[in-house]
Amino acid sequence: MIPAAFDYYRPKDMEAVLSILVEHGDDARVMAGGHSLIPMMKLRMADVPHLIDLQDVPDLSDIVVSADSIKIGAMVTQAELIDNAELTKAAPILREAALQIADPQVRYMGTIGGNVANGDPGNDMPGLMQCLDATFHLVGPDGTRDVAARDFYEAAYMTDREDDEVLTGVTIPTPQGGYAYEKQKRKIGDYATAAAAVQIVKDGDTCTFASVAMTNLSDTPIYSADAVEALVGTTVDDAAIKAAIAAMLEDIDPSEDNRGPIAFKNHVAGVILRRTIERAWSRA
Amino acid sequence: MKDEISREERVDNLKGMGCSRKRVEDARFTQGKGNYVDDVKLDGMLFGDFVRSPYAHANIKSIDTEAALKVPGVVAVLTAADLEPLGLHWMPTLAGDKQMVLADGKVLYQGQEVAYVIAEDRYAAADGIEAVEVEYEELQVVVDPFEALKSDVILRPDTVDENGKAVDGAHGPRNHPNHIFTWEAGDKDPTEEVIANAEIVAEEEMYYHRTHPCPLETCGCVASMDKVNGKLTLWGTFQAPHAIRTIVSLISGIEEHNIRVISPDIGGGFGNKVGAYPGYVCSVVASIVTGKPVKWIEDRMDNLMTTAFARDYWMKGKISATPEGKITGLHCHVTADHGGFDACADPTKFPAGFMNICTGSYDIPTAYLAVDGVYTNKAPGGVSYRCSFRVTEAVYFIERMIEVLAIKLDMDAAELRRINFIKKEQFPYKAALGWEYDSGDYHTAWDKALKTVDYDGLRAEQAQRVEDFKAGKTRKLMGVGLSFFTEIVGAGPVKNCDILGMGMFDSCEIRIHPTGSAIARLGTISQGQGHATTFAQILATEIGLSADSITIEEGDTDTAPYGLGTYGSRSTPVAGAAAAMVGRKIRAKAQMIAAYLLEVHDDDVEFDVDRFVVKGAPERFKTMKDIAFAAYNQAIPGIEPGLEAVSYYDPPNMTYPFGAYVCVMDIDVDTGVTDIRRFYALDDCGTRINPMVIEGQIHGGLTEALAVALGQEIAYDEMGNCKTGTLMDFFLPTAWEVPNYETDYTVTPSPHHPIGAKGVGESPHVGGVPCFSNAVQDAFRAFGLTHTNMPHDHWRIWKTANELGLHD
Repeated sequence: MIPAAFDYYRPKDMEAVLSILVEHGDDARVMAGGHSLIPMMKLRMADVPHLIDLQDVPDLSDIVVSADSIKIGAMVTQAELIDNAELTKAAPILREAALQIADPQVRYMGTIGGNVANGDPGNDMPGLMQCLDATFHLVGPDGTRDVAARDFYEAAYMTDREDDEVLTGVTIPTPQGGYAYEKQKRKIGDYATAAAAVQIVKDGDTCTFASVAMTNLSDTPIYSADAVEALVGTTVDDAAIKAAIAAMLEDIDPSEDNRGPIAFKNHVAGVILRRTIERAWSRA
Repeated sequence: MKDEISREERVDNLKGMGCSRKRVEDARFTQGKGNYVDDVKLDGMLFGDFVRSPYAHANIKSIDTEAALKVPGVVAVLTAADLEPLGLHWMPTLAGDKQMVLADGKVLYQGQEVAYVIAEDRYAAADGIEAVEVEYEELQVVVDPFEALKSDVILRPDTVDENGKAVDGAHGPRNHPNHIFTWEAGDKDPTEEVIANAEIVAEEEMYYHRTHPCPLETCGCVASMDKVNGKLTLWGTFQAPHAIRTIVSLISGIEEHNIRVISPDIGGGFGNKVGAYPGYVCSVVASIVTGKPVKWIEDRMDNLMTTAFARDYWMKGKISATPEGKITGLHCHVTADHGGFDACADPTKFPAGFMNICTGSYDIPTAYLAVDGVYTNKAPGGVSYRCSFRVTEAVYFIERMIEVLAIKLDMDAAELRRINFIKKEQFPYKAALGWEYDSGDYHTAWDKALKTVDYDGLRAEQAQRVEDFKAGKTRKLMGVGLSFFTEIVGAGPVKNCDILGMGMFDSCEIRIHPTGSAIARLGTISQGQGHATTFAQILATEIGLSADSITIEEGDTDTAPYGLGTYGSRSTPVAGAAAAMVGRKIRAKAQMIAAYLLEVHDDDVEFDVDRFVVKGAPERFKTMKDIAFAAYNQAIPGIEPGLEAVSYYDPPNMTYPFGAYVCVMDIDVDTGVTDIRRFYALDDCGTRINPMVIEGQIHGGLTEALAVALGQEIAYDEMGNCKTGTLMDFFLPTAWEVPNYETDYTVTPSPHHPIGAKGVGESPHVGGVPCFSNAVQDAFRAFGLTHTNMPHDHWRIWKTANELGLHD
């Protein structure tokens, strides 16, 4: 549990960050809260000769809630997400999900930027960001660019981010309607056996909008457009929920691990999604 | 002289036995002022760490240390070739086997120690480890003990003769190269006959999975060889420091007076820190070679993957009864997976520990037990995790067999227990497998437990729940888990208990200072049990000095009297008895001094709380403080100055704590998630020394029981890769996962222990594991489940529900 030797950098601005990244290519990594990267380095599963700490880089820690969107800086911690009353009012699902991440000690250090950028399929925020149709903001030597959360993840730990790019923040359209984040885990601090994020809008008795994303059931988070389609236009009755679950199961591809075999994970994914939809619908 | 305070106040001031004295250790621990082995920092200290095998079974073709020696900060690299000239490439285990210190030609499990890198700090050591090049030749891996007993793959060439035939082992004949021992208790033929002719026979096979004690502080040591005076000092996480000193002396040839072993504060042991590990030997050798102190501290993965595991018992049982439910016979066979070396820490004559307590709390006339130990490509161990030797396995076995029999008889499991309990008047009770239970009152405890939880009400609620479930009104089932356990602790009488020939007595030495305070030292070592608090209470009551005036010291072999350490709930039964006995020696001398001072005959004074009084004239007295001062400073004819004593206590028998536990659990059949609604624990540990410390022990032991029953395991894949090497996958419960515990008690003192105490630290674990497990299994009883193996984590519970057709 001792990492290989590395150089530690603590630049004061993004320009300096980018110049180190450009110089060292994939030998350099940026670190936000360090709660994914440092354990990987200690296990010597990640070799990072040049570690760039983002703590002193300005303008990465703001939460800006405006009328129709919310912008969250990459260095905002899970604890700050939980404690921000304005944010909770505008997007209560963020707080509900963040409270289910790890434990308080981790949440004081772990950031939203690190959580979404690392590409760990176990992380909760990527699926949530897909549910909320977030946009990720990246900066690199050639300037800034935006990527939709739903297009960002390619495989476990593989994302659309280039080695010399830094994820600076996320913007989400202010979520509408009912919400729920359900996560089954073995214990505090665990990744999900299955987790689901749902936003849903009710007009009269009818669902007019829905969004469904699943966590830790594939090597990337899964936004299920077919599950959404199964819900929109229905009264979210048992048949609609069953159809949404069936659609979601087509999209996920869980693998066996210590949490259990594939059949179990598929079953639990369905149960969790049902509960998430029902709870979100009850709040819509 | 008028006494200004009442007798009651004098009793209170002692803070003796029976009072919930606050733990004196906690001020230190809660302020970060503990002193653990990793806090030991010496001038010029080096750090050692291991190159470990990535393979579970492989020959070692070569080890190239050249690159490692070039890593900045690396001082030396030890391999088996370096240790062989010293005869230290292998070491004896506590179980009579021997174990490689560093891989000698081959490795037998993943994580096995291959080379020891010595460096200026642990960072350089880690880099050095990376640079050591080992060429392995992979061999066929055997992880299944049943397969091991049939396999042509010989794991331990050192235990076969030139024809590949197994030679006798430490515990008798071996029937296969991968077989370690067969150990039997009871009467085979009569038991088999009773079962063959019985009207009712229930049979079950159960696997008590492999898990790990996982103390928060991992194992480690600092070895410091002083070449000038020839003395070796060894600090370490030793549950038995005196035994470690003797073993170090025996294997190193250093005379025992030149070895000082110190166990500083220990952050939990639970059996993991009883045995001797390669890290200790390598650190000692490294210190001798370099002339500098050398520290070795495991990381979490090292600890989980290589130092002693617990359980891994495949148990096969048959239990016979009359149609009315009176048990007539019990048959048990165990296939015990010991891993690559037999490194259990059991008394020598008991290679399967006290598994022969498996008749439990029941009057079973005929019984037979056989245990076969087996080598596999897994880490060695088989220690007693928060229990006396294999007692958790035994109690789990019988408490499951009782449930299985209840199902067979279509009978209530609480009633089945009641009609088979050993009756109060049968004690001392000689059990069919050989033990003599000292005392018990099981019916009283059972009735109290069932009444407190409203057992009948719970069963009615459960029956309603089953109906509601069948009617589709709920997806949650309710389980009522029962367990009634009898432990066997306090090893033990030297006539039948020794480890590597070291008798399992224990000791206490006390020195009363002239002003009436004292220091007492014992052969045990606290790992969190609170000895500094509770042993002072025993002495306070026995001697009549306040517990606050008595310092307790343990763990330094240069100062403490010899003893066999702390595990198997032996501290109170053995060292606690020594404390009581040493107190009585002090009191005997104090009585003579008091009589002299009061100018009466010895027989005319009597002890009263904190003083000796003249019989019939309580206004004439000398306090223990007066007596202590006089002992040192007054010339008393015929009596030596000073007031100190030592007592070595060889217990006449084990002690047999017992208890009655009930767990009420809801189970979500769709997700396998469990919710413990209620947990009631009644413990009878005989005389209670400190109720608050007892309650803390119960909470801790129950939490470890919950962990084991509901998810904590060391799992391997078929290649022998350990799948649970970190706390992400190895379940260590936090406050979040732990339910509220209700504690209760009865008091049935041990008749042979000087103060009647039996020990309590392990009861909640021993009783808790079957209780949690039975709750899960009971929830599914109405749907046809007879038995399913632990750990009852989400997916295994889901699988049970699935196989019972509850997901259709």
